[in-house]
Amino acid sequence: MNNTVRILAAVMLVAGVAACKKKVVQPDPTPSTPTSTATTDSAPSTGRYQKGDLDTDACLRQRVVYFDLDRTEIKGEFQAQISCHAEYLRQFPEARVTLEGHADERGTREYNLGLGERRGNAVSSALGGAGASSSQLNVVSYGEERPVDRGHDESAWSKNRRVEIVYTAN
Amino acid sequence: MINRHTLRACLALFLLVAGPLAMAQGGLTIEIPKGNSAAQPIAVVPFGFEGAGLPPDTDVGAVVSADLARSGKFFTLAKQDIIEFPTREGDVKFATWRMLKQDYLVVGRIADASEGALRVEFELFDVARQSRILGLSISGQRSDLRGVAHQIADLVYEKILGERGAFWTRIAYVTSTGLGQNTNYALMVADSDGFNPQTVVRSREPLLSPAWSPDGRRLAYVSFERGNSAIYIQDLSTGSRELVSSSRGINGGPAFSPDGTRLALTLSESGNPEIYVLDLASKRKTKLTTHYAIDVEAVWAADGRSIIFTSDRSGKPQLYSMSSGGGEATRLTFQGQYNARASICCDGKKIAMAQGNGNVYRISVLDRATNGYSEISTGNVDESPSFAPNGSMVLYAATEGPRGVLYVVSADGRVRQRLVLAEGDVREPAWGPFRQR
Repeated sequence: MNNTVRILAAVMLVAGVAACKKKVVQPDPTPSTPTSTATTDSAPSTGRYQKGDLDTDACLRQRVVYFDLDRTEIKGEFQAQISCHAEYLRQFPEARVTLEGHADERGTREYNLGLGERRGNAVSSALGGAGASSSQLNVVSYGEERPVDRGHDESAWSKNRRVEIVYTAN
Repeated sequence: MINRHTLRACLALFLLVAGPLAMAQGGLTIEIPKGNSAAQPIAVVPFGFEGAGLPPDTDVGAVVSADLARSGKFFTLAKQDIIEFPTREGDVKFATWRMLKQDYLVVGRIADASEGALRVEFELFDVARQSRILGLSISGQRSDLRGVAHQIADLVYEKILGERGAFWTRIAYVTSTGLGQNTNYALMVADSDGFNPQTVVRSREPLLSPAWSPDGRRLAYVSFERGNSAIYIQDLSTGSRELVSSSRGINGGPAFSPDGTRLALTLSESGNPEIYVLDLASKRKTKLTTHYAIDVEAVWAADGRSIIFTSDRSGKPQLYSMSSGGGEATRLTFQGQYNARASICCDGKKIAMAQGNGNVYRISVLDRATNGYSEISTGNVDESPSFAPNGSMVLYAATEGPRGVLYVVSADGRVRQRLVLAEGDVREPAWGPFRQR
């Protein structure tokens, strides 16, 4: 499945970037049957990733970095995620991401806007340090305004203290 | 602690309030969880109607009575305990009200005024002295009789307590309804008792931090409708609005200067949140803070010469003061792990704030004279304190179960009232200024 999509994406790359972009947005709903042409073409890749990998690669599909209470350091477990997104951004200079910073509900809303931005900046710096260009990176803080879990305990808070990596162009 | 008198007063309040709130339709419901033994007993007799045509829908006496009760400074006599119905001085039998242990008595009557308006005449009596201490009339349209009633409550309050009442004021707040992608936000304005809720602006993206202009005609607020935070100023009567800040990064925490010509705000265009002052006429921006910490939530001292803001430059958020022209910041709060979102009252003598210790965030009031703190809320996620313009009460946001609710608490913390939106989440309250007649 993974390989099939990757190969199809490679075929589309050869066909042209414009056509490719359209098809990435609306992928073929039935890519499960490999075709003979797909298996014979080889990808003209110069790096680790193809465009379609954003939706298929296990590492690139990870788009959320979680933080400890009141902290903005990126934990070790998210380094691999940072590295693969940085690599993708390095490989595709036209790709753009918005880093949406979030905080849990504790504390005031305006302070939490600051905290969310600090976390967004931390991810932005890490991506920049690992190969992405600053022109590809945009930080928006939502503070505590967009929780993914509306509970009032640590289990909810730990899910809400996060930065979401959102591709605005790929 | 709770004597029979208190219980009866609470029940009376409930009954008084329960009638009108059925008509509130999405307004705020008033609940009173605590009584107050220091309150003064007052009876507000239902006002007589002496005009032509149908009597108005608004029960003016009931609105006055509910206001006085909400202040925590009065016990109002329950409607069913009122046994005589005088509407003017000549009908009052003081012995009756003495027997009912009332210190004060309000009577009134409503008559026709010119051009379809109504004239409400009222009189306030000191029962022990058997004397009339106030007698005035206020005219208004039928549709604004609640406004007339709030003005009467203010005058009664001021005559007895010697400080201006703040019932004829408005509050702003933000509501959110729905979940996830289907969340809808609204910036609302309502009377100080939660009635007459009106939508100022709706958005599919978060709204926060409403701030009143000193004349009460405009609101500044933060909206994410452009994909990032931006600050707008909206005229409440015309609905027209102006985008005043949409810099890169955070655009937050607007606060009008006391003369209304400048706006303090938070911008992170320099890389991290700093306090700025924006001159509204020239649009010239002045950067007040320069620090790698998070500096947010500026509010103005009454004289406009200094501001108080939140900064985590010492590690955790604390309140700081500095000149509104810039310069060094002085730390104000040293008790509590987390102190943020100041609301200043009483010429700077008191500062309300959200104070956090561990996972518990409550509203605390710092008395600058004694440097003592008093905790005036009892929740776990209480924030956004906002003083009434007379300093008598504090409005704040709390979380109960899945939703946000608003509370009004007397400044001494003894009497709390909950204002609940029928549906959704209510937060970010801001008490507006006194209104001019």
